Amino acid sequence: MLKIYNDGKRMTAAIYGDIDHHAARELRAAMDEAISRSRPELLVIDMENVGFTDSSGIGLILGRTRAVEAYGGSVLIKNARPDIAAVISVSGLSGLLVKGANSTKGVNV
Amino acid sequence: MKKDIINESTISFPALSRNESFARSAAAAFAAQTDPTVAEIAAVKTAVSEAVTNSIVHGYRDSSGTVTLVLRLYSDGTLYIAVKDRGSGIADIPQAMQPMFSTAPAEEERSGLGFTVMESFMDRVQVRSTLGKGTTVVMEKRMRSREKCLVGR
Repeated sequence: MLKIYNDGKRMTAAIYGDIDHHAARELRAAMDEAISRSRPELLVIDMENVGFTDSSGIGLILGRTRAVEAYGGSVLIKNARPDIAAVISVSGLSGLLVKGANSTKGVNV
Repeated sequence: MKKDIINESTISFPALSRNESFARSAAAAFAAQTDPTVAEIAAVKTAVSEAVTNSIVHGYRDSSGTVTLVLRLYSDGTLYIAVKDRGSGIADIPQAMQPMFSTAPAEEERSGLGFTVMESFMDRVQVRSTLGKGTTVVMEKRMRSREKCLVGR
């Protein structure tokens, strides 16, 4: 499941539940619909309520990052648990991971 | 030395994407007897999810069939996992295991990192495949908490 919060030029997409090949299709469609509607400058993917991901989550993040970066926006991932971050890091996407408000990127997410 | 099999389970299910979560949950439930850490359980679930997804997405892309998950626990704390399908098979195994390689259509957004993820979370990953006959992925992971437990006895 997905919840979208818009705050000016920032959009937060909070993902709930497991991310796998089965769940990714619906998440992908919902996120793309929200992105094309609002074209946020910053898309924050909140993974606090994600209990599991496999490489389908990597594909989901990569695809949305391409979509947002295509019009000059950027993507950050917040609140990923250590085991979720470990999977994301396999892809080399760990640069998108932020721990919270005092991230080194200087972005309050 | 793997010593003796102390527990074993075999589960078969149709190659439906909704069974990806069933398969990894079953593997996690089997692995729970080793008193695993959170990281160990996450590793087992992730690796099983990747292998089962491969069978569904690639093995049975143009057909339907059954995926079999074999779980074994050895007395030295090694968890053995085999994921078998009787699907299309893999033409070039080393190529299939390369990071970012995928034969899936781009719109499906498979990252091509399934085997990379399996290899990073398991101690051993072995792939056997015959075109037109199917694929078996065998993975092993030494469950450290179990090892500690046995040493303490």
